[in-house]
Amino acid sequence: MFRAAVIGTSYGGLNALKAIIPHLPKDFPLAIFVVLHIGDNKNDSFIQYLNKQSKVKIKEAEEKEEIKAGTVYFAPPNYHILIENNSTIALSTDPKIHHSRPSIDVLFESAAWHFKNQLIGILLTGLNHDGALGIKEIQKYCGITIVEDPETAIATIMPASAIEIMKPDYILHLDQISKKIIELSKLD
Amino acid sequence: MNPNQLEDLENIDIEIPLFLEAIFQKYGYDFRDYSTAHIKRRLMHRMAIGRFETISQMQDKVLRDKSFFISLLEDLSINVTEMFRDPEFYSSFREHVVPNLRTYPFIKIWHAGCATGEEVYSLAILLKEENLLDRCQIYATDFNRRVLDIAKLGIYPTQDLEKFSRNYIESGGKGKLSDYYTLKYGSLKLDQSLSKKVVFADHNLVTDNVFAEVNLILCRNVLIYFNKDLQNKVINLFFKSLSSSGFLCLGTKESLRFTQLESNFANIDSSQKIYKKRIN
Ligand SMILES: C[S@@+](CC[C@H](N)C(=O)[O-])C[C@H]1O[C@@H](n2cnc3c(N)ncnc32)[C@H](O)[C@@H]1O
Repeated sequence: MFRAAVIGTSYGGLNALKAIIPHLPKDFPLAIFVVLHIGDNKNDSFIQYLNKQSKVKIKEAEEKEEIKAGTVYFAPPNYHILIENNSTIALSTDPKIHHSRPSIDVLFESAAWHFKNQLIGILLTGLNHDGALGIKEIQKYCGITIVEDPETAIATIMPASAIEIMKPDYILHLDQISKKIIELSKLD
Repeated sequence: MNPNQLEDLENIDIEIPLFLEAIFQKYGYDFRDYSTAHIKRRLMHRMAIGRFETISQMQDKVLRDKSFFISLLEDLSINVTEMFRDPEFYSSFREHVVPNLRTYPFIKIWHAGCATGEEVYSLAILLKEENLLDRCQIYATDFNRRVLDIAKLGIYPTQDLEKFSRNYIESGGKGKLSDYYTLKYGSLKLDQSLSKKVVFADHNLVTDNVFAEVNLILCRNVLIYFNKDLQNKVINLFFKSLSSSGFLCLGTKESLRFTQLESNFANIDSSQKIYKKRIN
């Protein structure tokens, strides 16, 4: 049984997330963590927008917050997000990685160590290499990995650089991804 | 699931507390109640860079090699900072805290975890613009001596200048940032008059006691690295250090929400995490 999913994306990410999160059912049994690169900009209006469109609850992650199933946590701009071993959220102002804070690698790695084989890692459209090492780490600890098909991604570099260094369990078109996550979430 | 990998992770969770205990016993630096996720990430990376196979192997090294300990100290103390970081905080400070400070004949300020000092110079600029700097005594502390040395010099690379200037303007600065520094050899040097009232000192929030009685404490982006117990302990230290009605400023993503002393402080600006000690 899966306990969590992590999603990483940068350029084109707003569109990609709109194609996934609104499709998740109300009683979705996993917690979801999202790193979206948006520079110094605020997340608020996008979170508000997604909340209107979606059945799951979406919010910005808070320091020391307890993780709940059926909730989508966005990393706040300018902070890395990590998972503590008592299932709470940690934030950090460590240096940027791949010019990014929040960094996908930081989230993926710490989620991989915590959730191990109960994790789904999803890497979407983006213009840099962040997330490739992270999704490889998820695979190392037996999580399921999904990478958006570079053919259909708005920006190919991010998914393509993951596929270069690992073999994802699924390479999917954007419109197939929510279906796959829901299917996996139902497994025992 | 691959049993070896799972066992590795289990072992790491056993080894990390032992490793931190060893550092504490040997060097007196106490990381035992830092955020586990943060410590784990740092140690895993140091392990990979140093080609250690296990945390225990690395423990052997740290006990016998002081210079290796120093590099770990650098890993574990994240010194990332900037001038007028979170400009909205500074504008809120001008609006909500400054009028209060004006009523004091003499103001004592403590920057706890000041890193390389950008925050200290930023507040000094603000206080100077408000004509308060001359009445201030400022203590700026950190447990990392290397960063304190940089803070004392007040010399920073110019690569960040654009960001600093933008922050200064957004923070409601009354002049130009260039009024406060000179450029030399590709670096910017802050005006010495800004640090006239500042004492930089080595202080460890975990193991050292009350530093001085002060009217204002800034401790931004430090508690975020601590677990709940340690946050409580340090907030308690701040409570004891603050004079009555003193102010406490935390980082934008930090709060008193999960701490025991929450009710002993009033919210002055809940989004900028400015608190005031209640009189009881
Ligand atoms: C991320 S920096 C924050 C700098 C600055 N306050 C700001 O917000 O930009 C955190 C600082 O806390 C210091 N620190 C960490 N643990 C500490 C401790 N136990 N005692 C004193 N300083 C500590 C680190 O050395 C580092 O310089």
